[in-house]
Amino acid sequence: MAREATVGTKILWTSLAWGIGLLIFFPIFWTILTSFKSEAEAVSSPALWDFDWTLANYTTVTERSPYFLHFTNSVVISLGSTLLAILIGVPAAWAMAFSPTRKTRGLLLWMLSTKMLPPVGVLVPLYLLFRDTGLLDTRTGLVLVLTLVNLPIVVWMLFTYFREIPGEILEAARMDGANLKSEILHVLTPMALPGIASTMLLNVILAWNEAFWTLNLTAAKAAPLTAFIASYSSPEGLFYAKLSAASTMAIAPVLILGWFSQKQLVRGLTFGAVK
Amino acid sequence: MGSITLKGVTKRFDDVEVIPPLDLTIRDGEFVVFVGPSGCGKSTLLRLIAGLEDVSGGTMELDGRDVTALPPARRGLAMVFQSYALYPHMSVRKNIAFPLKMAGMDQAAIDAKVDGAAKVLNLADYIDRRPGQLSGGQRQRVAIGRAIVREPSAFLFDEPLSNLDAALRGNMRLEIAELHQSLATTMVYVTHDQIEAMTMADRIVVLNKGVIEQVGSPLELYRSPKSLFVAGFIGSPTMNLLTGDAAAKQGAHTIGIRPEHLALSMDAGEWSGVVTVSEHLGSDTFLHVNVDGLGTMTARADGEFPARHGDRIGLTPDPARLHRFDAAGAAMTA
Amino acid sequence: MATDHSRATARLMVSPAVLLLLAWMIVPLAMTLYFSLLRYNLLSPGTESFTGLDNYAYFLTDPAFFEALGNTLLLVGGVLLITITGGVLLALLLDQPIWGQGIVRILVIAPFFVMPTVSALVWKNFFMDPVNGLFGHAAKALGVAPFEFFSQAPLFSIILIVAWQWLPFATLILLTAIQSLDSEQLEASEMDGASAFSRFRHIILPHLARAITVVILIQTIFLLSIFAEILVTTGGGPGYASTNLTYLVYAQSLLQFDVGGGSAGGIVAVVLANIVAIFLMRMVGKNLDL
Repeated sequence: MAREATVGTKILWTSLAWGIGLLIFFPIFWTILTSFKSEAEAVSSPALWDFDWTLANYTTVTERSPYFLHFTNSVVISLGSTLLAILIGVPAAWAMAFSPTRKTRGLLLWMLSTKMLPPVGVLVPLYLLFRDTGLLDTRTGLVLVLTLVNLPIVVWMLFTYFREIPGEILEAARMDGANLKSEILHVLTPMALPGIASTMLLNVILAWNEAFWTLNLTAAKAAPLTAFIASYSSPEGLFYAKLSAASTMAIAPVLILGWFSQKQLVRGLTFGAVK
Repeated sequence: MGSITLKGVTKRFDDVEVIPPLDLTIRDGEFVVFVGPSGCGKSTLLRLIAGLEDVSGGTMELDGRDVTALPPARRGLAMVFQSYALYPHMSVRKNIAFPLKMAGMDQAAIDAKVDGAAKVLNLADYIDRRPGQLSGGQRQRVAIGRAIVREPSAFLFDEPLSNLDAALRGNMRLEIAELHQSLATTMVYVTHDQIEAMTMADRIVVLNKGVIEQVGSPLELYRSPKSLFVAGFIGSPTMNLLTGDAAAKQGAHTIGIRPEHLALSMDAGEWSGVVTVSEHLGSDTFLHVNVDGLGTMTARADGEFPARHGDRIGLTPDPARLHRFDAAGAAMTA
Repeated sequence: MATDHSRATARLMVSPAVLLLLAWMIVPLAMTLYFSLLRYNLLSPGTESFTGLDNYAYFLTDPAFFEALGNTLLLVGGVLLITITGGVLLALLLDQPIWGQGIVRILVIAPFFVMPTVSALVWKNFFMDPVNGLFGHAAKALGVAPFEFFSQAPLFSIILIVAWQWLPFATLILLTAIQSLDSEQLEASEMDGASAFSRFRHIILPHLARAITVVILIQTIFLLSIFAEILVTTGGGPGYASTNLTYLVYAQSLLQFDVGGGSAGGIVAVVLANIVAIFLMRMVGKNLDL
């Protein structure tokens, strides 16, 4: 719009937007705030700053519970499944983007459709399979599952990024005497790197927050943060402040990553149906 | 060194034969232009020569060597793409050096060659910039530079000037023509612009739906088009084509007369008509005339010719320049 | 672009992904199908027996199933209603000239990145708990009895929690769609004399229709499988009041150890999801310019 809105209108919209924004963000804000209160104050006072600030909860959670184990599990599982998915997904997306055939379209749609499978549909066999092969409650097992669960999105996103690379540039490389290895190493990868990074970003976020397989296929050893937090659903004694501290630490990494990944979110989760 | 021979080359995409068996010989050092309307197969033919597409049948020879099954990297050809296809993450220097790096040349030799190309093409000023920071014409030069350093046996150009504005296009046309003079290497050039074709080519190949309509020098095509298609394609504005009685009088199905071969007068002529639109270009004037009994024709007049909209003028075709075509569209020579 | 040489390589490069996904789809699904035809209880292994379609008969006639099915539809419908309406309004708002738009966006997007177990527990304890939650405190301050969210309206409470999580997604998608609307169209309509409301109704809304459809379809796919929020708040109760199909299958398989019955339920869930998926795939397919 070329015309400037009047200051009055701008004030109105700004107040409304900020008001609603703060309201929506409030639960997160409150959680972070509560993590600095004592347990007694956490349940009693709805104070915004007039309380005794303390870091005790953070020390309690990190020292008295296996927090770091679960944090490490989350990291390993998210990064592991992301790397594996990229390893498998990059060649597939490369082939579909640069050597499409009549079947490519169907293939891509089929891959996306596997994401639509409700996890409950395969809960039983997977649980039994994992139990019988010793993969239950292992990081390896979870990495494998999450790789497959997110592979369709990874392939899809890489595909869209690769398609944006003009095919002629790769042809030029070929004419310039590059064999396949050189083509991929010197031309494709540098141009595809931003797209690959974006895909990894989104995948790490999705894997970190995954809350079905991580809850059902793990126990004390391999449980990531999603499951660890879930253990606060049947707590003993006062726990609000500790829950806040644990939650804040659990969501902080992905909240920060998420702020950078809005565009990737749209691209990855709407499967291109919205531009 | 750079002769290209196509024998019975065909190309099929799925079940559609876009190029029926085609024979063509390009001589070493020639500047050959493939020209034709969209979809005529000129780009496809170029890509077949480059090796970016496989032929569905027939053979391709470079300097007598059968290259039909060879990948592009081994054919010794260089291509300049329509979109220039420069590597966006590399500087101009690295772009031009890339083919040499692929060939395994040592760094000192590479630098020497790159500097040489930069001097020839006047790129030294921006040799360390990236393609994104360059204008269209500059990118064009880098693309040519990248092709030159390889010292290929032939250059392939795929509509390289289509993305440039008119003024730049004129300049680049000259530069490419000069390049051909100095390098004396075979050049195969694809364009849909017949002015580029006419001004740059030693020989022109006119393509229509995958079939070669005619091969010849620009003047040959202009003076003796072998078919209606070529007659209507070469020459701007296009040749006036008339059917019916006027053609029958000459013993043909269709006759053609170019706008520049109509003698005009404010008085009478063999034909008579009313001017509907007159386009003044300064040096020439193009008149669109509604000729009695024959329909609309275009005529070229000297810039000083005084006819305006609504005037009645006389037109007389030069009988020596009248073209006759039979019912199948082929030129009648007798 | 394609030559024989590159086509063979291409096929090789796609195969790991294809084979893995194929295995992922076929093997477990086939096993679920197989289990659904057995009488199989994890507590008494080795006593499995083939029982044909009995599991399906039990599952589909169990009143718990109908309640769960209804809850699933209410859950999906409720969340969709809140997120789509809220999303459209928020997207329109964020499209207006605002100071600090970037920060407001961040505030609004944040809930989507909070893991479901944290969201659920934060809402359950800090807000909805009648004794210690903020809503409880507010009610007491107003002299009203605190609302017992999870006993009196368990499903509704879960709808609220999930809606809070997914509102950012809908907003982001719809905002992207609004910003992709060619401003010239709106300017042309202004010159034609259209009021703000008319412009919304006749130009913005139809343009959004496609994006809204996509949001509905994609959210539905994910909402059918809501699990963690139920697990950590109500555990499906009281009774089956907040059990959806996913939770019912989970409960039956891993809590009651009735693998046969749970598998039948799993297949039913797959069928339901497929119906939605068909529509979504058609939409995506239309947009795929291959």
